[in-house]
This record gives sequence, structure tokens and C-alpha cells, in this order.
Amino acid sequence: MTVRLKLGAQALAVGLVIGLLALLIWKVAQGSQKEAAPGKPAPNFTLGRLDRPGSLQLSSLRGKAVVLNFWASWCYPCKREAPALQAASRRWGKQVVVLGVDVNDFRGDARGFMRKYGLTYAVVHDNKNVTSPKYGLTGLPETFFLDRHGRVVEHVPGEVKAAEIRSGVEKALRA
Amino acid sequence: MRLLALALAALVLAAPAAASENHPTQGELESELMCPICAGETLAQSTSAPAQRIKAYIGRRIAAGDTKSQIKDQLVVQWGQRILAAPPRHGFDLLAWALPLVGLLGGAGIMGLLAWRWTRVREPEPAPQQWALNGHPLEPDEERRLDEELARFDG
Repeated sequence: MTVRLKLGAQALAVGLVIGLLALLIWKVAQGSQKEAAPGKPAPNFTLGRLDRPGSLQLSSLRGKAVVLNFWASWCYPCKREAPALQAASRRWGKQVVVLGVDVNDFRGDARGFMRKYGLTYAVVHDNKNVTSPKYGLTGLPETFFLDRHGRVVEHVPGEVKAAEIRSGVEKALRA
Repeated sequence: MRLLALALAALVLAAPAAASENHPTQGELESELMCPICAGETLAQSTSAPAQRIKAYIGRRIAAGDTKSQIKDQLVVQWGQRILAAPPRHGFDLLAWALPLVGLLGGAGIMGLLAWRWTRVREPEPAPQQWALNGHPLEPDEERRLDEELARFDG
């Protein structure tokens, strides 16, 4: 093999390794940048609804405060917080939209959960991992409070209590 | 005769594959499907709640007589391609199957070529000059002086 060809092959191999390393670093950096954080606009999404036919786009809720709750029917804390979220939907319904996002769940199981806990607020279904990376979900449940302009004002990881819902809603309405 | 043997072999291999497709087992499907919330674990390896739900779903579909493809297709509709442990063999995903084979064959080809080049018979090296000291030929002057010295001994 001529010297030039050998050097060319070595340069190509080194270039390939550097390129792959750069891709890895970029991918890790992308993954660590959570888009949804207090003060930042909530990442938009469009998902199919479970409570009625059709789909719902988050940005269509601008003008109202939003309680965005991620849950699943197999999640025990989700069962405990469901009544508080339903109560909040009834109490603040005119100014606040409670929006449930059912993740990693069979549609049938999710609808069964909604019937069992009497959930009447809007629920969308995400089984294709659309929202989880954008909102940086580390577990279930997680709740985000959005103001009328679609900005995140509060984030509650884990089960959300009635007092935390009230505090989050007040913060969202004040912003 | 060889063709007959090949045909028989194909039939022998095809039978279990067809049985697996038409009458899949729980364990088989669980090892070919991924847990949706666990990093890199198949359903067989996971005890998470969603994995248990999917396992139960598989059990119901097997009992209902669905084929392996039907069960997998239904799960892909519900959960997306990420539920599959192996990428499908069509479209862009075919690259995941083809590239390792191409790499293997390409690597084998390069190694073969290099081995051939290394083992090629080289041209014989020229014989060393008669009056060489440590492999280096003598200068004409040195050669003449050496001849004179040797002549004195002969003389």
C-alpha cells in the first residue's frame, strides 16, 4: 500500500471516530436540555384525545391557565391524586383547563381509569414518546402549571396534593 | 440429488418457523418485544407495571388465536416501533440489517487483499559484490591494495 493511500485511510478512520464522538456529545447534550422549565414556554404538542374523538393541540389553550398532568393507569400515585385534579377542574373550570396526558398506557386501561375516578377533564394519549423527552419526565405522575401565555410557572414531580394544585393555579393566574 | 437435499433442508427449517408464526408462545413474544419504560430491557426481563400489562395483553391475544405478526402489528399501532426488539426488515430500517453484513463482507475482502499482498513472492535480491566489507562494496583503491597484498602471499 502506498504511503499516501495509507495516510488517507488513517485520516479517514480518525475523521470517522471524531465524527461519531461529536454526534454522541451532541445527542447527550440534546437529551439533557429539558425544554419545559419554569419561565420557559411549554413545548407544544398535538395528541389524540381519549375523552372524545379528535386531537388536541396544547397551543390552542392559550388565554387560559393550564394544569398539565402526566399520568398512567398503572401508576399508584396517579390514582391518589386523580380526585384532587378532578375537583380542581370543577372548581376553576372557567379560567383553568386541566389537561391530562396519559403516557405509556393502553387506551382501554386509560379509559377504564378515567371512568373509575370520574375524570371529566380533557385527556390526551401519548404512547409514542412525543412529550416525555420534551418535558423531561423522570417518572409518573408529574404536573406542570402553565400561565395564559403558555409559559411554565410551576412544576411538581410526583403526586400533586390539593394545596399544591391551588398554589400552582394561583401562580398561573397571577402571571 | 443436491437440489433434493436443499429442498428437504428448506422444508425442515420452514416448518418450525411457520409453527412459531401461527402458534406463538408467550416467552417467544416477550423476548422479541421491549419494555416501553425500561432502558434496553425486553418484556421477558422486565417486571415493571406497563410490561406486566403488555404481557397480559399478549396472553389474551394468543388465547384468541392471533398470529405472531398480528400481535406485533397491534402492539406497534398502540406503542410505536420502539416496542419491537429488532427493527423491521423494510424501508430505512433495512439498513440496520444490511450494514453489519456489508461491513463484515467488506472487512473480509480487505483482509483477504492485504493477506494476498503480504504473501506475494518478491523478486530475489541481487547477490552481494565479491569484495564486500560488512555488506558494503570496496572502493576501487581499496580493492587494488587488497589485490596487491594477496599477491604477496601467493608470491
